[in-house]
Amino acid sequence: MEFAEHIKTANVEDVVLRQPLQPPSRGTLCITGHHLLFSDREESDSRQVLLLLRNIDAIEKRMSGSSGTITMKCKDLRVLQLDIPGMEQCLNIAHSIETLSCLDCVSAMYPFFYRPVDLSLPEQWGLSSPEMHYSQMKELYEKWRLSTVNRDYSVCPSYPPAVIVPKSIDDDTLKKAAKFRQGGRFPVLCYYHKKNGMVIMRSSQPLLGANRKRCKEDELLLQAVIEGSDKGYIIDTRSMQQAQQARMTGGGFESKSFYDRWKRFHRQMERGKALQESLIKLVEACGDESNNMDRWLSKLENSKWLSHVQNALSTAGLLVECVERDGHSVLVHGSEGTDCSLLISTLAQLIMDPCCRTMEGFLGLLEREWIQARHPFQQRCAHSAYSHARLQQESPVFLLLLDCVWQLWRQFPLALGFSEALLLRLATEVYASDYGTFLCNSDQERCALEVKERTHCLFRALLRPTERDYYSNPLYERTELAIWPSVHPQSLQLWKGYFLRWTQQVRHLEEAQEEIRNMVIEWGKLARS
Amino acid sequence: MEHIRLPKVENVKLLDRISHRRRRVGTLYLTATHTIFVESEAGVRNETWVLHSLVCSVDKLAATPSGCPLLIHCKNFQVLHFIISKEQECHDIHLSLQRLSQPESYDELYCFSYKPNVDEKERRQEWDFLDLKADYSRMGLPSSLWKLSPVNQHYKVSDTYPADLFVPESATPPVIVGSSKFRSRGRFPALSYYCKDNHAAICRSSQPLSGFSARCLEDEQMLEAILRSNPCSDFMYVVDTRPKLNAIANRAAGKGYENEDNYSNIKFQFVGIENIHVMRNSQQKMLEVCELRSPSMSDFLEGLESSGWLKHIKAVLDAGIFIAKAVAEEGVSVLIHCSDGWDRTSQVCSVACVLLDPYYRTLRGFMVLIEKDWVSFGHKFSHRCKHVVGDPKEVSPIIDQLLECVWQLMEQFPCAFEFNERFLITIHNHFYSCQFGNFIGNNQRERIELRVHERTHSLWSYLWANRTDYTNPLYRPNHSQTQGLLRASTSPYSFKFWKGLYNRFDHGMHPRQSVEDYLRAIQEETQQLEEHTGEGLHYIREVILILWLITVHSYYKSKEKKKIPPGCFSAFDKSPTVWAPGNNLGLANTPQDYTGGFITGSPCQPKGPDSILLPKSTNQISDASFSNGSDQESGIADLSCRSPLSEDSTRDPDSDEAAYSAA
Repeated sequence: MEFAEHIKTANVEDVVLRQPLQPPSRGTLCITGHHLLFSDREESDSRQVLLLLRNIDAIEKRMSGSSGTITMKCKDLRVLQLDIPGMEQCLNIAHSIETLSCLDCVSAMYPFFYRPVDLSLPEQWGLSSPEMHYSQMKELYEKWRLSTVNRDYSVCPSYPPAVIVPKSIDDDTLKKAAKFRQGGRFPVLCYYHKKNGMVIMRSSQPLLGANRKRCKEDELLLQAVIEGSDKGYIIDTRSMQQAQQARMTGGGFESKSFYDRWKRFHRQMERGKALQESLIKLVEACGDESNNMDRWLSKLENSKWLSHVQNALSTAGLLVECVERDGHSVLVHGSEGTDCSLLISTLAQLIMDPCCRTMEGFLGLLEREWIQARHPFQQRCAHSAYSHARLQQESPVFLLLLDCVWQLWRQFPLALGFSEALLLRLATEVYASDYGTFLCNSDQERCALEVKERTHCLFRALLRPTERDYYSNPLYERTELAIWPSVHPQSLQLWKGYFLRWTQQVRHLEEAQEEIRNMVIEWGKLARS
Repeated sequence: MEHIRLPKVENVKLLDRISHRRRRVGTLYLTATHTIFVESEAGVRNETWVLHSLVCSVDKLAATPSGCPLLIHCKNFQVLHFIISKEQECHDIHLSLQRLSQPESYDELYCFSYKPNVDEKERRQEWDFLDLKADYSRMGLPSSLWKLSPVNQHYKVSDTYPADLFVPESATPPVIVGSSKFRSRGRFPALSYYCKDNHAAICRSSQPLSGFSARCLEDEQMLEAILRSNPCSDFMYVVDTRPKLNAIANRAAGKGYENEDNYSNIKFQFVGIENIHVMRNSQQKMLEVCELRSPSMSDFLEGLESSGWLKHIKAVLDAGIFIAKAVAEEGVSVLIHCSDGWDRTSQVCSVACVLLDPYYRTLRGFMVLIEKDWVSFGHKFSHRCKHVVGDPKEVSPIIDQLLECVWQLMEQFPCAFEFNERFLITIHNHFYSCQFGNFIGNNQRERIELRVHERTHSLWSYLWANRTDYTNPLYRPNHSQTQGLLRASTSPYSFKFWKGLYNRFDHGMHPRQSVEDYLRAIQEETQQLEEHTGEGLHYIREVILILWLITVHSYYKSKEKKKIPPGCFSAFDKSPTVWAPGNNLGLANTPQDYTGGFITGSPCQPKGPDSILLPKSTNQISDASFSNGSDQESGIADLSCRSPLSEDSTRDPDSDEAAYSAA
């Protein structure tokens, strides 16, 4: 086994584990290829801690005399400490954790080894497929078709093999339009609004370049989207200036002269490194122990995280307003179309479409928008807020989405079918998981590594009855109408459940949620009897 | 009435605080007690009532082409921005309101003219509802260690103290009187809270007149007596709630703080809460931040930080925690004072009590607490809340801070308090409204002179009568987080901005669905179902459902005040509730918040139900009059038109009507 070479010391006795909210405990530590296992020696009420090494974001080791202390900062923001007797053992353990926690080889990751006894590998991986999605949406049949132009991933490596496009546009046109879009991400349908037949399209930026190239096929494709309507809107998730600058590097935006029936909005959304730094600053602020109010507020402001939340929700609100109230179709893109575009199209669907607010609906939405339409999870979530590694492609866009969904849940506590616990679970799983759902950067990579054949699917697991009960919102009552979020600074809050998850205070809030669940269950029992 | 220059102005516009493009047009009326704005849009009749006593300031802004703006700021943080077309009319309204909102004598206050339909016997009973002596006997007093002292009968020793005070058994009248002469305003150390389990006590006083070196034997004996009343402890804390610098500055004026060398076995401690002037300015700055029209997140957080408000709240809570821990964990008695001992001292005593004793976290207990630490010990309500014209430097939101500390604790411990946020906000409103006599005047002596108990009504019995509105459905007296001392966190991240109070009237900012209302409905049903298990359940459920609908229906009716014809103002008095009608929710958060007006033709008014694309099956939005709290824009029908129990029957608007008319 290739992991063995990284494990010089597999077992250590007499280790003290300190973890948040619990008294220190003494026991045996064991390192395996994927896990850190700790079990204490208490005769009764024995406790075990099983931690995926992948979850560890950073470690610090401190030697004193003949023993050492390893502090492990996890991607779920937990901080654990191990006091290990024996300097050599301590160094060996630290080395193993350092190496095994950031192995790059996807096929060696734990999801490929995770084989729970009560679960066989699924016949069908994932909840749905573009084909199934299309076949269930009868409203689409008249004007939209399922194109398999990308069946071998040759037109757009980051798209799934089947996509939904206007019926009047043939595959040849799509191929040409794809050449005009970064990464081949030509405009495809991501949401059909049943109430008025308007749609949300998603793409990457058009490749105008400095000499303002145009592409007839791309224009035709977009024209077909708004056939029968007077205009459409384009929401560009970059500022006007950024979009213009993009022309210098071959990108650009849809100019008025060639796309005269499309009206553009520019909404600058932070992405990439800036977002990752924002997360790092926020987590640092939450760990500040100076107990100084001014300092906290200033750090909170300085992290800009809540500004990003506000910005994302208000851009999504703009998108919903275009579709739901103004009654026009919208194309969303930024540059690559794999981050902010997904963020706001997902939020918009949650706000507009009651079907996306059930637990299945929400997970299905995430699968369509983030797994199939390809958010590069492996790059974006390689590290979280504690890592000292040099930033590469990391960016917590998905975490920002979960935070925004949490804000929606706060404002409409009865409108979503799932609870905060589900959001927390997803926020953990996206960084370190037993399941294959968030592995790889695209559908193509997943096929190459046989992820769908060799790993379990998180979304399916979450929908098993026991899990579903746990993650459902006991207060859920379906409402058909849009849930417009308020984006006033006063209405948005720090997501304590995530960022302060390991504090006593959040425990109290969880207990209150538990009481709510109990009340509803008791009432349900009586009402049924 | 002689102050009303103009009783009625037509064609007045009321602008929305968040988005000025939303406006309502109507008629403005001035009455002896209220400003009333009646919206004259076709169909809906929508009234906004503002008590004159709640008006904090009235400002006439420079005229614009559309008319003359009049800005009214209220003490309950409502802001009304009217546009009156004629300058002269605006001028008259401005002058009238300025006079009406600034009574020159106590007799002008609303409580003396507020006459709900209650007979004299009932009115007198209202004042018997709370009995402070009962609270002291709940604490186990008088006892062998503490006695009720008659020394301040007729307010001879301290005219700002209550007549009935508990002092150590060993404190003789000469010691008390001697000590009082050595304390500002004669406010000698007296008992505020006694923990019968370990004999530790919280006492309060004003600052000693120690100057640089003065001593007072009786004062030293008084503290000695307090220490001896706690047989288990060999020292006591003396907590000066002021910043050290302020206390030192007071020494130059012959006041100051206790010298540890002169008092045996005391541990002296400053806790650094700022004075009333700092607090007033801080709140003012914070309110300016709340009023920013469309602030970015950074504007808001920077403004919040520079106001210092949350820092001050944290300081009060920190001090309360220090004292609660001293009493509960160390079993040590504490003497608390500031300068006069009626602002910071009251705050800290109350916060410590709430942390220490679960009783003060109940509805009745919290009323008792305010009555004890604030009303009886002479917090200067009329000065601090500016009930009558007076020195603006005396105004300060000290009592607001107490409520906010409690609210912050409620947010940390959702199951620990019997009451809800609405309870705190209602109390807040009535500190300022002058509708009830409880907070009129600055101390007990003044209230007796004003014959408040003979001439006015009491808030406490009103709140108690409506307690179902104020009960927290998640209250679990037996829950582990509720037991004994509340272990509150004062990490800065534990504090939140209280939008429920400071942005109370900006409906668009609040959660659009209420978990609490939902749980309350469930709770009532569960109780009723438990009582009627077995046969006939189905029938009983129907009855419950109907009753519930009626209750909810009338509940919302009573909240909205809209059925009262203008001119019939006495009828309004039946409903002193302060809740603004929820029927402008739909106005508050329509999507143009996101667009900044990019989309052309975006309507300034929300579209009516007929123009929104509603799916055919949504009769959950039942008839308009019934669901006035619902928000059709955001798609959230409020609970008044749905029962969580039996959806089929409630979704049918006809059955709602039938149930209502059958009643």
